[in-house]
Amino acid sequence: MLTLAHFLSLGAILFCLSVAGIFLNRKNVIILLMSIELMLLAVNMNFVAFSRFLGNLDGQVFVFFILTVAAAEAAIGLAILVVLFRNRNTINVAELDDLKG
Amino acid sequence: MPITEIVFYAFSLVLVGAAVAVITSRNPVYSALFLVLAFFSASAIWLLLEVEFLAIILILVYVGAVMVLFLFVIMMLDINLAPLKEGFIRYLPAGIAVAALMALELLAVVWAKGTFNTDAFPVPPPHPEGYSNTKAVGELLFNNYLLAFEAAGVILLVAIIAAIALTLRQRTGAKRQNPALQVRVRRDERVRLVKMDSEPRQGS
Repeated sequence: MLTLAHFLSLGAILFCLSVAGIFLNRKNVIILLMSIELMLLAVNMNFVAFSRFLGNLDGQVFVFFILTVAAAEAAIGLAILVVLFRNRNTINVAELDDLKG
Repeated sequence: MPITEIVFYAFSLVLVGAAVAVITSRNPVYSALFLVLAFFSASAIWLLLEVEFLAIILILVYVGAVMVLFLFVIMMLDINLAPLKEGFIRYLPAGIAVAALMALELLAVVWAKGTFNTDAFPVPPPHPEGYSNTKAVGELLFNNYLLAFEAAGVILLVAIIAAIALTLRQRTGAKRQNPALQVRVRRDERVRLVKMDSEPRQGS
């Protein structure tokens, strides 16, 4: 019997994996962006599961908007990445310390 | 074991395996391709939940557009991969520890005390034949969420303009037209009227 807990567990495991991905690949901006996409997928999985098990379609509309915003975010993020690589010739996060934060 | 559980566990295994491969691959191209696999598996699990519209949208939008954009950028940039992998081993114990702790806490919340078991959230019956998930979502989207839908369109427009404006490059030395100057041109800049006396007839 597939209960809501199964789907929530899958979302939780995916979320933790993407957090681990952010820890492990903290030098590579591209894989950081991919980890964020994976994190959004985990959140969407929870939304979809709750939407189905509560019989309420609003959750699916939320996932629709999350997908839209994630697509816009990926487009702008990759554009910034291209400009960064053009100006600095690297995407290594460790070398991007101009702001001296 | 019913077929839905077999499908769920199979695709969940593929999904988790692909996620692990995304964060551990040496080459970003492999990471992107494993992310595509992860999206396909997630889409299959959403189909199992009878969320057909979003399952198709996930493949069309993510695999068809976003991941192609990722692959395009990865292959276009000539990245030196060696320095990007430093610290992977160093941060491996911390990353695994944090992820395992978070997973333990989240799974404890989900499974302990049975907050999300079948008593609180009974398994919904399958939709009747002829039910259209796309139609239901569309009716909700265009009735209750119309303003948000239009705002999403504006966000996408802003993203398009921002991406183009960020990556547009003015090369020095390239010959290009300036349409504004071309439109603003006046007659005096193109035509010069010269006053001169008429010449006497030749040869008479």
